[in-house]
Amino acid sequence: MSSTDPVPRTDPAARPTGVSTPAGRLRAGARPPAVLLIPAAVAAAFALLPLGYLAVRSLERGPAFAWDVIANERTAQLLARSLTLAAVVVTACLLLGISLAWLTVRTALPGARAWSVLVTLPLAVPSYVAAFAWLSAFPDLVGFSGAALALTLVSFPYVYLPVTAVLRGADPAQEEVSRSLGHGPLKTFLRVTLPQVRPAAAGGSVLVALYVFSDFGAVSLMRYDTFTRGIYTSYRASFDRTPAAALSVVLVVMTVLLVAAEARTRGRAGHARTGAGTARPAVPAPLGRWRTPALAWCTAVTAVAVLTPLGTLGYWLAVGNSATWDPAGLLDTAGTTLAVAASGAALTTLLALPVGVIAARHHGRTAHLLEQSAYAGHALPGITVALSLVFFAVRYAEPLYQELPLLVCAYAVLFLPVAVGATRAAVLQSPPVLEEVARSLGRSPLRVLREVTVPLAAPGVAAGAALTFVVCMKELPATLLLRPTGMDTLATRLWTETGTGSFAAAAPYAAALILLAAVPSYLLGRHRT
Amino acid sequence: MRRPSVRRLTALFAAALLIPAVAGCGVDEDDAGLVIYSGRNEKLVKPLLDELEKAVGTTVAVRYGESAELAAQIQEEGAKTKAGLFFSQDAGALGALSTKGLLEKLPQESLDKVDPAFRGGAGDWVGTSGRVRVLAYNPGQVTKVPDSVHDLVKPEWKGKIGYVPTNASFQAFVTGMRVLEGDDAARAWLGGLKANEPKVYDNNLKVLEGVGKGEVSLGLVNHYYWYEQVAEKGEAKVKSKIHFLPGGDPGALVNVAGVGLVKGGSQTPAAQKAVDFLLSEKAQKYFADDTKEYPLAAGVTSTVKNLPPLASLDAPKIDLGKLESLQETLKMLQDAGMV
Repeated sequence: MSSTDPVPRTDPAARPTGVSTPAGRLRAGARPPAVLLIPAAVAAAFALLPLGYLAVRSLERGPAFAWDVIANERTAQLLARSLTLAAVVVTACLLLGISLAWLTVRTALPGARAWSVLVTLPLAVPSYVAAFAWLSAFPDLVGFSGAALALTLVSFPYVYLPVTAVLRGADPAQEEVSRSLGHGPLKTFLRVTLPQVRPAAAGGSVLVALYVFSDFGAVSLMRYDTFTRGIYTSYRASFDRTPAAALSVVLVVMTVLLVAAEARTRGRAGHARTGAGTARPAVPAPLGRWRTPALAWCTAVTAVAVLTPLGTLGYWLAVGNSATWDPAGLLDTAGTTLAVAASGAALTTLLALPVGVIAARHHGRTAHLLEQSAYAGHALPGITVALSLVFFAVRYAEPLYQELPLLVCAYAVLFLPVAVGATRAAVLQSPPVLEEVARSLGRSPLRVLREVTVPLAAPGVAAGAALTFVVCMKELPATLLLRPTGMDTLATRLWTETGTGSFAAAAPYAAALILLAAVPSYLLGRHRT
Repeated sequence: MRRPSVRRLTALFAAALLIPAVAGCGVDEDDAGLVIYSGRNEKLVKPLLDELEKAVGTTVAVRYGESAELAAQIQEEGAKTKAGLFFSQDAGALGALSTKGLLEKLPQESLDKVDPAFRGGAGDWVGTSGRVRVLAYNPGQVTKVPDSVHDLVKPEWKGKIGYVPTNASFQAFVTGMRVLEGDDAARAWLGGLKANEPKVYDNNLKVLEGVGKGEVSLGLVNHYYWYEQVAEKGEAKVKSKIHFLPGGDPGALVNVAGVGLVKGGSQTPAAQKAVDFLLSEKAQKYFADDTKEYPLAAGVTSTVKNLPPLASLDAPKIDLGKLESLQETLKMLQDAGMV
């Protein structure tokens, strides 16, 4: 044990005696240990692959050509549209995600466990299915409002899940103190709970914003032109990769700016226990006369976000005559989907762990750079990420090309930030003092990570893994290009069936997708105590 | 409670990472004699491609995707492409690969089976089936169907037209109009159409339904949607009718799905056999009967009831390879506020 630093590195100025502490600052400046740094650098390099590709493609015909594409009036216009849409969707997701998380975790809401599973289900609905569902019910809902509605309803769990994880792990003592001082539930929520969940909510918001930037399905059906739709159209209209690549670079710049801005506002947020003791479950807040409105709120959200797509599936089955039951095929496809999505989630979570821990525990340029790298490609449309992997694989990893490992890698590149965000929020919330104690007892950084950091952050990391699992399951554009020839996932089947308008035949695949996504939701819902 | 959950998680991860290794054993395309990248939907062409496998006498593996995305993938793969044959939904994607020099020249006897109007100028791709732009109309509302899309900008059709501005076939038709009549004429026509406040639909089928229900009187669609509806519902239940435009009108554009041999795919002999199969009477009849498209190979006529023979149509003369770039069309549609 002589290789480890026997003296705990502490910063006396950052050790207040209060119940709430800006945990993120405790270890400011401390260099991440190699055991974190090296895997994090690997993950970052991985996530930066699409950027390398974009550099090659966008400069293929010289910087002047690329600049012509970028410095176009329409580029600015599309950018503004994407930003506006993202702002509205993020706001709505914060409202839905935080309110539902608080109601299901911290209050005596009847059926809280069931609600907590139900409200994560919309995540399993591909954005184009949601958009389709709404359009078939309300054909005039096209344009901005339709796109905003569909995107909000499929992405609010990005906020809900990490916030729930934080609320479950948070020390209820602070809230109890607040209550004992005579503050009502609302005031306690605003002044104690909300600051606690801020990092998780902010991380979720970034994911939602990046999801909105990268979405093609919903905006395309809703005919609302965004930046990503411009990129897709560029591929489809000119079969030319250079303009699409140049436009994608703008998305990357936008992403980096967004992530940097979020890191700045995050600042000193992050709350963890500094005192002794282990977490204990919070005593649910009584809802009193708010019981009915709270139930109504949960019912309304579930009805709108879950029942609409399910209702549409039922409608497809009822009216369509393309319905063909192929249980063996469905089972087979579901099995494949589970396997690739689980592998994708596992790889992504493993890669995200070191990045998330560094982002939570270390400040400074290296930490920022690593985190930003992990996010850099997340706003890119799936087709761009897929083409970049085609580019690298045929050159440097040909045996893997169109084989499962490459598809799993694609999922990791696409969804790394989903897992990083969840890990970071979870680590931020666990008290760094325990890690310091472990280190002072001579534990190596790896053992500290394994025995202290990860166990403390486990619920949050698990939430991230579940989230990644679900988004891998419904991924379409990269799966189409990179899957082994002949392999099908539920998402690709759904694409095939809806491509010929066989909605009834598509319904079982869509239903299976939602059903499978319910499994991680259910497991997370059970992980309450 | 926490420690076991971590251990369980670790075990889950380990298991999950092992799954693809195990599952991967079952997937092996290397022994496939021919790999087809198909931009045509699996539901439409799988039965045909199963027949094709028997005809070429080697194993055939098919990757289904979107035509444009698959074209981009083939460009990215370059000389190391896995594709032997590219089966495209439209002529544009084939034209793009041809321009980039990624397609192999086809044997003359294969090309000669199809009218020169429906194959690539460089002899490196050939159309396999055709689709015609038509006007759908509601007979209860329209007594005299217009004979040209140019009539649609007249005030009498205000609010009575349904179309799908995002549909690739509609955009190909506008591109065709640009090629035939020039950009200014096309822009003016789009402006006129927009001023007539046409109703926007999601897809061609919805346009047909809209016409049938009388939501609009006229619709701009591809011909086979109507024949498919008739086949599914019976002619009595289909309330719309379709009109083939005469006089080489741009609204009567014939676009094709087609195939090209991909360079570097090293599957040339098998791919050539596949092309010949797709142009054979059996395959051409399949397109006519099952996908309700037009057979393109000489000597094969459609058996679909009421489908006029291709030769009888007065389609505009146009080099389909020129439909490759939709960029300017798209810009026009955007400027007109249509997409």
